[in-house]
Amino acid sequence: MSVFWEALKEAVLLLVHGDRYVYEVMWMSIKVAGSATLIGMVVGVPLGTWLALRRFWGWAAAATVLNVGLTLPPVVVGLFVFLLLSRQGPLGGLDLLYTPGAMIIAQFFIAAPVIAAITMGGVASVPKDVRLQAMGLGASRWQSLWLVLREARVTLISGVVAGFGAAISEVGAVMMVGGNLSVAGHNLTGTMTTATMALVRQGEYAIAMAFGLILLILAFVITYLLTRTQQGLRRRWLQP
Amino acid sequence: MRRLGVLSCLLVSVGLGPWLVFATGCNGRMDSAGGPGGGTAAGESGAGKTSDLVVASTTSTQDSGLFDVLIPAFNRAFPQYLVKVVAVGSGEALKLGETGDADVLLVHSPQAEEVFMANGFGADRQPVMYNDFVIVGPESDSAGIRGLTDPGAALARIAGQRALFFTRNDASGTYSKEQALWRQAGLTPTGDWYRSTGQGMGETLTIAAQKGGYTLSDRATFLAKRKALSGLVILVVGAEELRNYYHVITVNQARNPQGARDFLTWITSPIVRHGLIGTFGVEKYGEPLFIPAAG
Repeated sequence: MSVFWEALKEAVLLLVHGDRYVYEVMWMSIKVAGSATLIGMVVGVPLGTWLALRRFWGWAAAATVLNVGLTLPPVVVGLFVFLLLSRQGPLGGLDLLYTPGAMIIAQFFIAAPVIAAITMGGVASVPKDVRLQAMGLGASRWQSLWLVLREARVTLISGVVAGFGAAISEVGAVMMVGGNLSVAGHNLTGTMTTATMALVRQGEYAIAMAFGLILLILAFVITYLLTRTQQGLRRRWLQP
Repeated sequence: MRRLGVLSCLLVSVGLGPWLVFATGCNGRMDSAGGPGGGTAAGESGAGKTSDLVVASTTSTQDSGLFDVLIPAFNRAFPQYLVKVVAVGSGEALKLGETGDADVLLVHSPQAEEVFMANGFGADRQPVMYNDFVIVGPESDSAGIRGLTDPGAALARIAGQRALFFTRNDASGTYSKEQALWRQAGLTPTGDWYRSTGQGMGETLTIAAQKGGYTLSDRATFLAKRKALSGLVILVVGAEELRNYYHVITVNQARNPQGARDFLTWITSPIVRHGLIGTFGVEKYGEPLFIPAAG
């Protein structure tokens, strides 16, 4: 028990005093997971919308693949991206392995399916009448599509947040393709999750706990903002 | 369960030679106890009842595959223990010993171990084996260290050329050895060429191979992973200061002190050290990965 409290106390001190390495690693995490989520959004939202509104040959297979993507184990993603980017791999020439670029690619494959799947659910649950009525009132295809997305925006935001959450909390993929590298106490490719793993391995529980605290605080902040947004949106939507 | 045990016993003996049959007590002695050489009779008491035995060891014993041989053999001699192996750096292994979360340790960080014993965290500490460290690097060897016998001189050339070097920086036995080598060479490695991975030996070797860098590795892990490390070769080898001694330590605050003692007695017995450890890897790599400690 005393180990726990000691680590917690030291972790709070580290955060208050602003340890340089801790902040470098924190920013790397947010940068990588944020970029992956952004790209995941650009790909995932249209993909999910398309799957929600169109039925075509092979639709069931596509939806299944997407749902598998939802539960994709990060280590499997890491292994795939690692083998693709490794020296002997097909994309080895890009020299991307152990760079933030490689980490963004890996986390993209974790965030994008989450965003696409939740988008699909949200868009599919918007009543068909909304589109038909809009079209009937003379809206173009793009205008009616925009209307549907507006209708589903609470779910879309949840999807993006869930994607970010999946990306920032995973450790398997980013460890394999990022390598958790640092130079003389300066972070190169470490994230909060990989650094935590490495630090626990060394018995450095205090700094590991500091990262644990940041991840928890981040989770609270995100969830709080999400709940606020949902409530706010609903209120505005219900009182036009 | 029993059938599986017999089968794996058979497989292991086929793979590793007839002496093992004796060493592990396969020959119909599956349930009989009395660890070979150890002479403890603890095995008889616990028939039907198992207790957890947590062994904290280093990534090198796990990555090299030594534990895949040792643990089943130990379990055949002492079926009453459910052995749980935690493979971590020597630093964390010692920490697990301090907190009493591990019962017995197999580690290779002599200085840290002596501090651990001096602080009263360990009950008994015995030498088990050693393996050696090697400096590995890219085939092209841009720093020109191939064939040097003095590891200090090799490190000096790497630093002089600012050739990419990956350090584990993880409180492992390998890392403390690396630091000692830099110190002996009178060098403080800093700069963009000296990069930390914070990870185990296997991962660090992968990174060195992928990036064409140098690193210090134990021979066992390097040989076990060699197939996945194309382009990475052993460059400096053989100096006395590159030896890596493993000790077994029983933890003072162990939850299973009897199990810890049994493990220590078993692993330090001549038959296990010479029969199991001293021949491990010969068949696969043409050379033993670990050399039994004298005595």
